[in-house]
Formats: sequence, C-alpha cells, structure tokens
Amino acid sequence: MSLKLPIYLDHNATTPMDPRVLDAMLPYFTEKFGNSASRNHQYGWDAEEGVDYAREQVGNLIGCTSKEIVWTSGSTESNNLAIKGVADMYGKKGNHIITAVHEHKATLDPVKRLQKQGFDVTWLEPNSDGIITAEAVEGALRDDTILVTIMWANNELGTINEIPEIGKMLKEKHSEKDKPILHTDATQWVGKMPTDVERDGVDLLSASAHKMYGPKGVGFLYVRRRRPRVRLTPIIDGGGHERGMRSGTLNVTGIVGMGKACEIAGQEMDSEQGRLLKMRTRLEEGITSKLEMAVINGHPTKRLPGTTNISFPYVEGESLMMAIKEIAVSSGSACTSASLEPSYVLKALGLGDEIAHSSIRFGMGRFTTDEEIDYTIEKVVKNVQHLLDMSPLWEMVQEGIDLDSIEWGAH
Amino acid sequence: MAYSEKVIDHYENPRNIGTMDKADPNVGTGVVGAPECGDVMRLQIKVNPETGVIEDAKFKTFGCGSAIASSSLATEWLKGKSLHDADEIKNTDIVQELALPPVKIHCSVLAEDAIKHALEDYLEKHGKTMESLHEHDHEHEDAKA
Ligand SMILES: Cc1ncc(COP(=O)(O)O)c(C=O)c1O
Repeated sequence: MSLKLPIYLDHNATTPMDPRVLDAMLPYFTEKFGNSASRNHQYGWDAEEGVDYAREQVGNLIGCTSKEIVWTSGSTESNNLAIKGVADMYGKKGNHIITAVHEHKATLDPVKRLQKQGFDVTWLEPNSDGIITAEAVEGALRDDTILVTIMWANNELGTINEIPEIGKMLKEKHSEKDKPILHTDATQWVGKMPTDVERDGVDLLSASAHKMYGPKGVGFLYVRRRRPRVRLTPIIDGGGHERGMRSGTLNVTGIVGMGKACEIAGQEMDSEQGRLLKMRTRLEEGITSKLEMAVINGHPTKRLPGTTNISFPYVEGESLMMAIKEIAVSSGSACTSASLEPSYVLKALGLGDEIAHSSIRFGMGRFTTDEEIDYTIEKVVKNVQHLLDMSPLWEMVQEGIDLDSIEWGAH
Repeated sequence: MAYSEKVIDHYENPRNIGTMDKADPNVGTGVVGAPECGDVMRLQIKVNPETGVIEDAKFKTFGCGSAIASSSLATEWLKGKSLHDADEIKNTDIVQELALPPVKIHCSVLAEDAIKHALEDYLEKHGKTMESLHEHDHEHEDAKA
C-alpha cells in the first residue's frame, strides 16, 4: 500500500471529521433544516429533537444531565463564557482567580483581561514535568478565591493535570456554598479519556467538536446545576437561548455532529486509547533509540496517549520542519511563528532556549497507521542526523564543551 | 514558508561541511550568532601563505534552511578568491543568488559577518588588520581612471 502524503500528525490542532459524524449531520442541512427555537411546527420540532439528542450524547460521555450543556461556537467561547461569566457573577464574593502560565491562549487572554479590570490572579507555574498538581492549587487558595481554571490536558505537551484531585481537594476544604468554582478547559481531554464531572468535582468544562472528529465551530460549556448550582453572566445577549446563557440561533447541524462525535468517542475510547498509546510508544522509541540527544518533553507517563512533544537540541526547528515537510506537525520553533519567542509552554517547563527552539509536537489520531509512524520515524531520524552533521553546536558538545560557558556574540 | 530551489538544493546537498584545525596558522575561523537567537554559523578558510589565495573553505551552521544555504554558498564563493576579493562579498549578493525573502535577509548578513570574522582571524594570526587588505584599493581605481 502506498502512503498518502503529507501524513497528518497534528491531531491536537484539529481532527478530520469521522464519516459517521457527517452522515448524522447531513439530514439537518436539508430536510430537517428548521430552527430549533421554532415551537409551532414540525421543522422546528425535528431540529429541536436533534439538538436534545445531542445533549444526551454529550451527557453520556461526561456524566452530566442534558440541562447542563450550553452550546457554543467552540472552546474559545466556552472558556470566555466560563471565566468572564463567573468573574462577573461572583465578583462581589471575591476577587481572586487561580490559573496556570501554560494554559491555552483562550484561557490566558480572558484572565489577563480580568486582571486588567482589577482581579487578582495567581499564575501557577508547573514543574519541569508540566503538570499542575492539587497541592500547587491548594497552596494558592485564599479566602477570596472565586475561580480555579486549569486545563485538563495541555495542547502542546499532552500532559495531564490533576483535575480530579483538584476537584476533590476543593470539596474537602470548603462547604458547598464557599467553594471556589472549578473550571477546566478539557478541549484536548474529552472524547479521548474517561470523564465524569460528578466524580471529578468539575463545575464548568469546555470542549470543542473539532478536536474529537466532529465539525469546526461548535462546542459546549458544561455548567453544573446542583451542588453547587453555578450561575454565569452571559457574554452574548439576545433571544435568550440556552437558558439565557448564550443567545443566538443554535448551530443545529454542528450540534448534531458534536453529539455523534461524543457517542462514537464513548464507544471507541478504550480501544482507541490502547492503539494510540502503542503508536506513541513506537514513535518515541523509534526516534529516541536512534537519536541520543532527543528529549521527550513533559511527564513521561501522565500524558494523552496520542500526543508527544520531542525536542531535538543542537538542530534548529525551522530547518527540521522544512526537512520533514511530508509530515504535517506543529513546531515550537521560533522561526515558524511570527515572533522570535520560543513556545511559552516549553519555557514554562524551564527548558533552555535551544531545547525550546527545536521541538516538534506529534499528534496521532483515529486514522493514523503504523506505516505512517514508521515513515515518520525514518524521515525524522535521517534528517536530524543530517542537521547534526552540519551543527557546530553538536560538534562542540561532542568535544565536551559546555555551550553555556561560551560568550556568544550579540546579533 | 516556501523556499527557493537554490535554498533547498544547498540544504539537501550542502557544499563543504566540515571542520579545520583552528590552531593552524593558515586557517581563519569565524563564529557568529547565538543559540538562543536560533542561528550559529561557523565559517573557516584555509589560505595559501605563498599566494594569499583561499584554497579551501568549510562551514557548520545551526539555523534555518536559509542560514544553512547562505553559509554553504559562502564557502563555494570563497574558494579560489584572494583575501581582498573575499572581503568584497556582500550580503546582498547572497540574497540575490538564493532569492531570499525579506524576513531571511538576516541570514545573509550573518554569512557576511562570518566571512569577515574568518578573514580577521587569519589576518590577526599574521599580525595584520582588515584595513591592510584595502590599502591599495585607491591605487587600482586611479590606474583604471
Ligand atoms: C486546550 C485548548 N483550548 C482551547 C482551544 C480553542 O478551541 P476552539 O478552536 O474550539 O475555539 C484549543 C484549540 O486550539 C485548545 O487546544
């Protein structure tokens, strides 16, 4: 069998749609095109039925009731609604928010805006393994903490934060009434790993369809209704859809797709996890066994099964990306982004610039094959070796020179 | 970003990768850039002491494709040149030859810098300065005029 190039290994950025999801969506573009808010005729009822069924499909995946789902345009909006909505609603109760420095921009930026408006923010820093622990959150808690927002799995590293432990700790330390609200950006987690908002003590959870083989532009925010009931100030006002929390005619086709994507994810999660973990191991071992300088970033085991972030010190990221252009991956290299800064996520781990400058994130997914992994290993190893042969830094390291001892010219 | 064919050719078939003995009196070494900026270039020349002509040139570069291509091209151009003519290589010549886009011009500047540093290192070993290379430039111009 011949390989189709380029090989897609960027599933943390987005995923292809599962054909079964497309099949579920199609009727809602044509025959069942109604507005789910139209209460007076069959078209509206059909659309509403599709949306309600999707709520159940989501509820089954994350352990909540259908009334606790607010449809959004994706995780960026869900995070904004959660963070700004809590700040506005509970701002009188307290002024303190806890988050982490290596969150996605869709969390960092809303929190920064609140900080400018006068909220006090604790920015937790991870250890070198990338993980935010319950202990770290506990250490930052104050009497006036109203919100803890920590992502479940990191999009660049795949590392898994201690969300259930944080949820448990918050419940143990506070009465239901005084508990800070726990929001988690679970964009990279939901659909890949088992989730139960009851068991895990999560109050607000963001997710997005396009990271789990659903369509782009649709997601949800889970909003806890009991013990405690979480209230949010909406950021979009209008027709009062979604119990007033998010106005606007629902994206029925997208929502139906998201529901189907959740159903499939729930059914196939176990087998998919095993398969992806095997592939990740194959890729990591294939690369690190042949390239002694390669470093796997983040915690060795507490990571999503399909994601690995590998640094290739002494070779530069952009030249490596150019060399492996048959493989669609994402790079923390300085040159590929507009700014000269290496990834803030890798810097948060305390990695030196030369390590952060040349890292690649490989994200495997539902349709990735072993053949593609083997091709990737061969291509990466061959080109890194080629670049090492050209690298003056690698030569110095081989000669036992400490690169930090050198005074480099300014430039 | 799309690279020109010439950049890709130099990346895939780099000319003159290698290392010379820094301590050799006939060798001049220039190292420029810094790892945290994403570029380090090392250029070396070997000069025939009798004729003053560059007989060999080698490079090693940590950097993007354009940085690799700029230094690889520089070694090609250096070979067979007098020290004086080597000092005349301009970054704009490299930009033109490799069709570098504006965001990659710094790679060519770095290569020109590396050439200068290599020449300087060689000259220093022989108690000379860069200015000495151009002492007779005006006489030539006068002769031409
Ligand atoms: C962790 C995380 N949060 C939020 C987002 C944004 O999601 P969306 O594209 O649905 O707005 C992403 C995707 O880029 C993500 O990985």
